[in-house]
Amino acid sequence: MRAWQFSENAYPYLPPAEEYESIRINLPNRNYDPAKGAALYDRYIDEWLVAEDEGLEIMLNEHHQTATCVDPAAPIVLGALARLSKKARLLILGNPVANRNQPIRVAEEMALIDILSKGRLECGFVRGVPYEVLPANSNPTRMNERQWEAIDLIVKAWTHHDGPFSHEGRFFHHRTVNIWPRPFQQPHPPVWISTTTPSGAQRVGTRGYVQATFLTGFEQTREIYSRYRKGWAEAGRGNDVPVNRLAYAAMVYVAKSEKDAHAGADKLLWYMRANKVPFHLCYPPGYMPVPAQMQVLRGAALDQHAAMKDKMVVEKAIEAGIMFAGTPDQVYRQIKKHYEFVGGYGHLLIMGQAGFLEHDETVEGIKTFAREVYPRLKDQFPNTAISGAGQLAVAG
Amino acid sequence: MNDAATTTKPTTIPIAGADIEILDRGSGAPILFLQSSQGITAAEAFLGLLAKNRRVIAPSHPGFGRSTLPDWLDSVEDIAHIYLELMDRLNLNNLDLVGCSIGGWIAADMATKAPERLKHLVLVGPVGVKTGPIDKLDVPDIFAMPQDKLNALIYHDPKKSAPDFKTLPEPELQTFVRNRETLALIGWEPYMHNPKLKHRLHRVNVPALLARGASDGLVSADYLASYAALLPKARTVTVAHAGHVPHIEQPDKFAAMVLDFLAA
Repeated sequence: MRAWQFSENAYPYLPPAEEYESIRINLPNRNYDPAKGAALYDRYIDEWLVAEDEGLEIMLNEHHQTATCVDPAAPIVLGALARLSKKARLLILGNPVANRNQPIRVAEEMALIDILSKGRLECGFVRGVPYEVLPANSNPTRMNERQWEAIDLIVKAWTHHDGPFSHEGRFFHHRTVNIWPRPFQQPHPPVWISTTTPSGAQRVGTRGYVQATFLTGFEQTREIYSRYRKGWAEAGRGNDVPVNRLAYAAMVYVAKSEKDAHAGADKLLWYMRANKVPFHLCYPPGYMPVPAQMQVLRGAALDQHAAMKDKMVVEKAIEAGIMFAGTPDQVYRQIKKHYEFVGGYGHLLIMGQAGFLEHDETVEGIKTFAREVYPRLKDQFPNTAISGAGQLAVAG
Repeated sequence: MNDAATTTKPTTIPIAGADIEILDRGSGAPILFLQSSQGITAAEAFLGLLAKNRRVIAPSHPGFGRSTLPDWLDSVEDIAHIYLELMDRLNLNNLDLVGCSIGGWIAADMATKAPERLKHLVLVGPVGVKTGPIDKLDVPDIFAMPQDKLNALIYHDPKKSAPDFKTLPEPELQTFVRNRETLALIGWEPYMHNPKLKHRLHRVNVPALLARGASDGLVSADYLASYAALLPKARTVTVAHAGHVPHIEQPDKFAAMVLDFLAA
């Protein structure tokens, strides 16, 4: 198993939540102190480099017009990391290509980072959360269609080396595509795609790209992986899905004592507690299929919100499989239980910093995980394993 | 010929990959009625009133109601072309064209493309042009506000007129969601307008009535006046005790206003 240190580069120094409607989209940026923000960036980059020193890989992402993740241009931070880090793999998860007008520009940015890092890029693509469509002014309908056209075009741009080709597709138009530089890795950097729905995972499985899912717990993750394997098999890739095709993101905090671990883990729950967004910004038209949107209007969203709120204590979050926290032994057992229940995965994406988890605490969590848990995971869950080996009901 | 007093089942006409659901009622000189995103049912009061003296043809736009949405379609102009074809199929000429809200935008666009085929044009709470300053949306952002706030802009009396999602029958809830989704598809960017339209409206050389409800919170009086000024033969009128959808909140006044104008 490979572990990745993920930080959203949050800006936590906000007024009391009662004083604003939403932490995203309409929170005035006068609340962002540039000097504090710059210091935070120094700190967050240092933490990634500590993770690298400890043998972990690096992961970052992108959001817009929000204090939860002050990284609206992840390729820029990735460019800095490409030069500051030396050996870690660099995962961007990812590029919100349905919200960007020029897939070719994204192909160029990613190729450049692959060159700068001498082949350490892992290139993710995401559809983006619903609150991204307003900042991007991106049409919330037909996003999946745009995303897939963009991904296919980007991969083609990376792998086409014989002079310009043209692309006149449904959503994107480029008269001459001939990117310089081309990627360092051949034929192209590994492609990752995040989805939290079974149908989305099946589609990723047909392509054979790495599938990442976030905070989907036990049952949902098992269903997502199962559908990935279905797509994989249907596309004629055989029945064996290597675990390195699957990734799971959870909040993780490890400390020598359970008490310290839970104290740190409680601070990680800022991820969920701080995400104050009003209902009307969460469900843009067309983002969800019609039947799901109907359920939302009938009141299902409020039920989900209530269920999520229940998980906002450490013990419940652990029980739900969205958090692994405790002593090294406890965390190892929690991950093992989850791994075996969902069928196995090759990448653990560690949401290991949030809100007011201070630098020393973050570093302590990284080091304790890396030294006390990670070796066991690598030993017990090798990258050569087959996902779902014990679960495949039908072979051939 | 259909009986105006009874509701009739919609028919479906396939055009360019879209199956268009159509209500066709009454007899006499035809009115093509283009609905707002609130949708339309056969039992709609204003339809019965219009169909007393006229034939009323009321399609659901592609992606609205039970009309299908082909993959290629993503703009008001695309829908306008489908309806021009519908006029050919139904042999509609010298036509009275009435559109509300998004239907008003479609009607205005059709009018620029085939003014010679129209007799009158009625636009009620129409969107489709940008006339105000660059740093302010002409139409408040309906996709970024709570439903109760939006209801207060749409309806003169939200308590009476706004749908209750908890109790709305399944087919109507589905229509609400589909309509809103397709509205986003065609009206997201540029938001609720086509920058070209205002440079084409000079071609609409037929008598035009531009109306809005007095309590319309989406289409302002200034917006309507600016819109009307772009048409050669337009005048404006305000409907009392109505918001953005006078045809729903004031069916009697609406029908009388439309029929009077068309008869003049």
